[in-house]
Amino acid sequence: MKRNALLMLSFILMVAALYLIFIYVPTESKMGVVQRIFYLMVPMGWIAMLAFIVTATGSILYLTKKSDKWDALAHSSCEVGVVFTTLALVTGSIWAKPVWGVWWDWGTPRLTSTLILWFIYLAYFLARNLATEEYRGATFAAVVAIIGLADIPIIILATTLWQGLHPPPLIFQEGGLDPKMRFTVLMSVIAFTVLYIVLLRFRISLRQSEAELGTLKELDE
Amino acid sequence: MENGYYLLAAFTAVWAGVFAYLLFLSGRQVRLHQKINAIKQVLTEKKSK
Repeated sequence: MKRNALLMLSFILMVAALYLIFIYVPTESKMGVVQRIFYLMVPMGWIAMLAFIVTATGSILYLTKKSDKWDALAHSSCEVGVVFTTLALVTGSIWAKPVWGVWWDWGTPRLTSTLILWFIYLAYFLARNLATEEYRGATFAAVVAIIGLADIPIIILATTLWQGLHPPPLIFQEGGLDPKMRFTVLMSVIAFTVLYIVLLRFRISLRQSEAELGTLKELDE
Repeated sequence: MENGYYLLAAFTAVWAGVFAYLLFLSGRQVRLHQKINAIKQVLTEKKSK
């Protein structure tokens, strides 16, 4: 899909999601208006995990096929992913204060495993930048991403396997969410997923420009 | 309505974060294209000599 068409789609979906969040969906009876942060927090958390899965997949393909395009995918998804993971932690914290009375709870596995994911993202960049040669950095980072993939099922299962303040999954449970709320959160997830794809493609195109610059510099020498 | 401020803070944080990252990428794109054009010009001049 051409970049402008995807950007336009992202914009339309965002406007639709904002309409659903502020006009369409009813106010939750126990938490009040602050519950609407849920329609941001869930997509942020989803993209945080999706971006890392893409990073790890790109890393596996880079190590097996030795093609730079997979490294570009992994690296770009990691950069976009760290932005969304940061936003997931921030929105989660803002939601937690009025609802749980605390900004953070170390005893809640979903929170700590998401924080660990954020550190794994940073470790990916450290591994890339500390290596003396570019291909070594890409290889070390790929290994970090593959090992770090173990955190994703921990995040997903955290609310089911262990107790904590974070509520268990409600979205697809029978009677878990009002149908309007379910529709709104799913639309918000779709809107932010398209935004993630837009940002990912933008970042990959920058990688291609960086590669072009590197080639031109070699010709100039 | 105190909880309204938390809602405003969350939405502000997300949109500020997304736009800040978009601006960061756009700035990088502009700088990269400037460098690429500068080197292309140098190479063209070298070739013509």
